[in-house]
Amino acid sequence: MKFKSTLENYVFVLPAVTIFAIFYIIPFFWVFSYALHDWDGILPTMTFVGLGNFKEILVDKIWWQSMTNAGYITLVALTLQNAVAFLLAWACDREIRAKNFYRVLFFIPPVLSEVVVGLVWQWILDGNYGLLNHWLNGMGLHAWVRNWLSDPQTALSAVAIVHCWKGFGWGFLIFLAGLQTIPRELYEAARVDGANAWHTFKNVTIPLMIPVAVLVSILTILGTMQAFVLIIAMTGGGPAYHTDVPVLRILASMRGSSRFGYACAQGITFGVILMAISFIQYRFSKKAKA
Amino acid sequence: MSVRRLAGIFLSLLILSGCSSKLQEAKSTVTIWHWMTDREPAFRELASRYEAKTGVRVNFELYAPSDAYSQKIRSAAQGTNLPDIFGILGEKRDFSSFIKAGLIVDLTPYMEENNSVWKKSFFAKALAVNEFNPGNSYGIKPGIYGVPIDVMSIQLLYNKKLLKQLGFNKPPQNFQEFLSIGKNIKAANMQGMVSGWGEIWMIDCFANDYAFNIMGKDKVIATIKGKVPYTDPDWIKVLTLFKDMQESGVLASGLVTMINKNAEQLFANERAVFAFNGSWCVNVYKEMNPSLDYGVMLPPKVSDKYPASVWGGAGSSFMVNARSKNKEEAVKFLEWLTERDQQAYLSEATNNLPANKESVSKLPEVLASFSEGMEVATHPSVWGVSEFPAVIETLDKGIQSIIIGERTPEQVAADVQKIKERELAKRKYN
Repeated sequence: MKFKSTLENYVFVLPAVTIFAIFYIIPFFWVFSYALHDWDGILPTMTFVGLGNFKEILVDKIWWQSMTNAGYITLVALTLQNAVAFLLAWACDREIRAKNFYRVLFFIPPVLSEVVVGLVWQWILDGNYGLLNHWLNGMGLHAWVRNWLSDPQTALSAVAIVHCWKGFGWGFLIFLAGLQTIPRELYEAARVDGANAWHTFKNVTIPLMIPVAVLVSILTILGTMQAFVLIIAMTGGGPAYHTDVPVLRILASMRGSSRFGYACAQGITFGVILMAISFIQYRFSKKAKA
Repeated sequence: MSVRRLAGIFLSLLILSGCSSKLQEAKSTVTIWHWMTDREPAFRELASRYEAKTGVRVNFELYAPSDAYSQKIRSAAQGTNLPDIFGILGEKRDFSSFIKAGLIVDLTPYMEENNSVWKKSFFAKALAVNEFNPGNSYGIKPGIYGVPIDVMSIQLLYNKKLLKQLGFNKPPQNFQEFLSIGKNIKAANMQGMVSGWGEIWMIDCFANDYAFNIMGKDKVIATIKGKVPYTDPDWIKVLTLFKDMQESGVLASGLVTMINKNAEQLFANERAVFAFNGSWCVNVYKEMNPSLDYGVMLPPKVSDKYPASVWGGAGSSFMVNARSKNKEEAVKFLEWLTERDQQAYLSEATNNLPANKESVSKLPEVLASFSEGMEVATHPSVWGVSEFPAVIETLDKGIQSIIIGERTPEQVAADVQKIKERELAKRKYN
């Protein structure tokens, strides 16, 4: 009887497990297998190179530059994007007029297509006919006028800021949900005890928001490190390698150089790095919470 | 509803679906995957004409942009579910991999039937892109493996009105004259040359044009073979041209991240004096600004020692899937598609240069100028050797860094040579 019931349960989960295995688990192992080979993605034969692809990644300067670029964009997103998201969520959590309107407004950028956002911002930041330079000229700030996306000194920061603009809505939404779970009684109790707004914020809001902040940070890191559509639309990774990011390098290996094996090895390396960063951050946050 | 009734409905549906598939099988269908958005209506029109004539249905399926198309073809090749006819957007090395994988029909016997009438109908340069010669470095059996649909050449375009405004009644005759226009462009606060140099292959194309002019074809090929280093003074001279152009003001600002679509918009809207673009642009400019008055010229020569050269040859080509059940039908359709009348229609409807040399009689002026460039056209696909992708990328990205003033031509040449040596060593080791 027990065996029959167990079998029945297995039969019920079998379709889901099969689909999961076909589309996730098997390809995952294939990627590992390809990473150990030299293969152009077309030929029926491939050459086993062992860990050769991984060794090459270790000395691939362009790959590590792309990691640094992604790291810089992530740092800007972690600080600027999340700070803005938190402050706006905090403002919307208070009794302000038209707060529902702001909630909708702040969530518009994340739902827009990344390609469209990229192209619109490319137009705004264009050195010759861009809106930003037009405004700067109008305000008499001629020295600030430049080709924001082609200048190696500003290209990466410009991309990072647009990425923040596009992504802050997600953080805003999660922070707002987190703020709304804080019992109002705690604020009232703090006020009765004589706490001013700053003390309430520091001693009630911040400690209770740490788990939410950890979640937002992890999502920001994972989302930003993997960003590439916006970058393709805005700069294509240029000028030179100044806005190149790991996913663009993987694409370049796969499509530009026809090196499927190397691209798979890059994908695995990138995945491991992301997991390591998330794990370290989780451990740090746990310590901070304790 | 009773079980019997349900079973009845199911059975009827089964019979009906069986009948419909039989009906469909009566006529064969040739499926073509392509990426040419601008040619889609003309292709559909030709497909309906072919169906009316032969009863064979031709199904053109559009997958754009070209990047996405390329990816789709690769995935389909891995899954061995390519359509009857498809195109390969890549280097000759990729083309050879498809052939080695047994995915492409050798069309030589078809081309050489009836005293090679089909083969002879094409421009030799259009066919060369799809041809593998005896002793080719890819190890492919000599033959023709693709059918050119049109030809293209990439040249320099100039806006006649803007050039006149700058005080020039004719386009620059040599590179020095070209550079000297830069000063006037700067002074008039105009934009110089626009192009899709954010997509690196167009930089490669420009650099190769001048490499051919400065050192000749043999030395370029010798460099690819690893016999001449990229640090050779001639290569430094090629790289220095980009520095000179940047300093003279003849290049538009923001060129290094510019995609070709944006470059086309700038030139069509008369915001740039020059454009470096392919013959496909005639149709694009016509749609964007029908009154645009522009001329076409070969990039101005630096040296008279070697002839000028531009990239050109087959613009788009189709290949027949060797594993297709409709192989014969597919070849027949391509034969029909490249006949004089169909080629003339395609050329007229899409403003592209026809691959069939008998269809070039009625070309608009600008397109005729592009057609003249075919005489000096060359393409990496016909050189018999391919440069390593990593070397091409380092060269093109290096040129971007020269333009933005970050690296010197000598530094870039050294970087490229280093990668070249690494790749050569790897090939030797493998």
